[in-house]
Amino acid sequence: MAADGHEHAARVQAHSAIIGPGHTYGSVTDKLGEIVLTTTTPRGWFVGFALGFLLLQLFFMTVPYLIFKGVGIWGINIPVGWGFDIINFVWWIGIGHAGTLISAILLLLRQEWRTSINRFAEAMTLFAVSCAGLFPLLHTGRPWFAYWLLPIPNTLPLWPQPRSPLVWDVFAVTTYFTVSLLFWYVGLIPDLATFRDRAKHRLLQITYGVLALGWRGSAIHWHRYETAYLLLAGLATPLVVSVHSVVSFDFAVGIVPGWHSTIFPPYFVAGAIYSGFAMVLTLTIPIRKIYGLEDFITMRHLRNMANVMLATGLIVAYGYLMEAFMGWFSGNPYEGYAQWNRMTGPYAPIYWTLILCNILVPQALWSDRVKRNVPALFVVAFIVNVGMWLERFVIIPVSLHRDFVPSAWGMYYPTFWDWTMFLGTIGLFLSLMFLFIRGLPMISIFEIRALLPRGEKAQLPPGRQAPTPAAGA
Amino acid sequence: MSLAPPLYGLMAEFDTPEAVLAAARRAYARGYRRMDAYTPFPVEGLSEAIGFQHTCLPLLVLIAGLVGAIVGFASQYYATVIDYPLNVGGRPLNSWPSYIPITFEVVILFAALTAVVGMIALNGLPMPYHPVFNVPAFSGASRDRFFLCIEATDPLFDREATQRFLEGLGPREVSEVEQ
Repeated sequence: MAADGHEHAARVQAHSAIIGPGHTYGSVTDKLGEIVLTTTTPRGWFVGFALGFLLLQLFFMTVPYLIFKGVGIWGINIPVGWGFDIINFVWWIGIGHAGTLISAILLLLRQEWRTSINRFAEAMTLFAVSCAGLFPLLHTGRPWFAYWLLPIPNTLPLWPQPRSPLVWDVFAVTTYFTVSLLFWYVGLIPDLATFRDRAKHRLLQITYGVLALGWRGSAIHWHRYETAYLLLAGLATPLVVSVHSVVSFDFAVGIVPGWHSTIFPPYFVAGAIYSGFAMVLTLTIPIRKIYGLEDFITMRHLRNMANVMLATGLIVAYGYLMEAFMGWFSGNPYEGYAQWNRMTGPYAPIYWTLILCNILVPQALWSDRVKRNVPALFVVAFIVNVGMWLERFVIIPVSLHRDFVPSAWGMYYPTFWDWTMFLGTIGLFLSLMFLFIRGLPMISIFEIRALLPRGEKAQLPPGRQAPTPAAGA
Repeated sequence: MSLAPPLYGLMAEFDTPEAVLAAARRAYARGYRRMDAYTPFPVEGLSEAIGFQHTCLPLLVLIAGLVGAIVGFASQYYATVIDYPLNVGGRPLNSWPSYIPITFEVVILFAALTAVVGMIALNGLPMPYHPVFNVPAFSGASRDRFFLCIEATDPLFDREATQRFLEGLGPREVSEVEQ
């Protein structure tokens, strides 16, 4: 083949490849296994984990005090009964949605690029949902009675009220957590077997061996495994849509102006995916750098994630526009006032910052130059994370603080303990994330092997460089 | 003979998924039925090549989903209509549209649990010991090697003839698998 043909192929490769050139089954296994099965940990890991662990101390400080004193240490009041606790709940659970989208929906759509980031995103889902679940649990005030939310036959002739969206939420979130955990664990089994076979230390061999359940890669097992994985993806896809729809029902089923809207379910789901992809980018960009994973999380991954962010961001923008339009078009004075109050009331700066973060800044992603610039992508993703948090602030306390009659109006200000609780869950999330990276394969090794170009030539013995494969082969 | 450890089977080691797939097809064509292939990632068509046609897992998942629908709906009906009826302004007790979200979540929960538990159980996992792990090179099955193992229980199995057959498939190596 002509030399410039090769050159062209290499250039195409650099921009669109899912995996860097020259990898074999063995080399990806070594490279990805080495991240965990090594005695040296990169300094960046310690920095990240230390940050998470420091913030985690705020969590350990706040929760006992909260249980001791009660939710009065938060800024919630009447009329604003839902403050940071519910904002953070919705924010965290939204972040989780990208993980399921990447692992389930992109699997069904045969988007092979998902393979490098799905494991990582699934772990993110799991930890984000754990953080999310803590808020309503602690918001109940007496979390030791939280089991009343479950339909357990008890000595009180008492059942949860299944007509209430809050009870739907309990079922949606617990199911979501369970299914995410199953999906993540099933994906891990073959890689745990790899670790079992490669670990040097006896204790690690036993630990990974027990977790791998004796997986031996039998063709018949793979057959059932793939069937189960596909079925799980098919089940998780409607589930993820239902979860944030149910979260939005917490608001939309109520009569509060600014909440009572049929656009809530679709726009909540889009917002969830938006914030989730922003979080995946915020986390993968530094981690890819720390671990030198540019061969596996390539520019194509970053660009695709930026595109998903741009698309879902536009859906969210449409949602804001429709909310404002319906406030005017409905002719309902309360609805109109709620919208007007968002834009010009005491919390107007938050509303306009939200518009800046969620609508204006992400438009930079239309530019190919921004999408190729990794630090710029990181900044945009971070701003979207902030914007999505502000969105929930605008929806929740800003809708509540002006009740139907002015005598019931009030203001909401977060307290010190609101902030420590929020930062504390960020610490919990980061700590779990970094522990996961250190102890488990953050990139699905067996799926990467399956993505490698096939054929005798691609799997030459070490020492002989494999030819550059065509993109998407 | 009685001193030698009983044989589980003979195992051939290959470098590529194509090679193990071709070998499995030839072994099946030769009449071998009790065999299995071991690969570091799913190889399309390999389970069919060794004669495994279908799994009942999707059916189990469907049944679990239907059971979930019944359990989900019936438990809400029981709680609100039979066990603790609460008259709110004369509205019907069986307010079924409100029961749909929870019914849906229970369907997903039951089906997903069945998919995972069913897959693990049908695969006979967890299995802490299996003879194939006695082959030293077998750790490559979770890295970059592909194995085909013809088991000694196969009616056509013959220590020498099977060894010759496997060697004719162009493997890296043929090893005995001790029981």
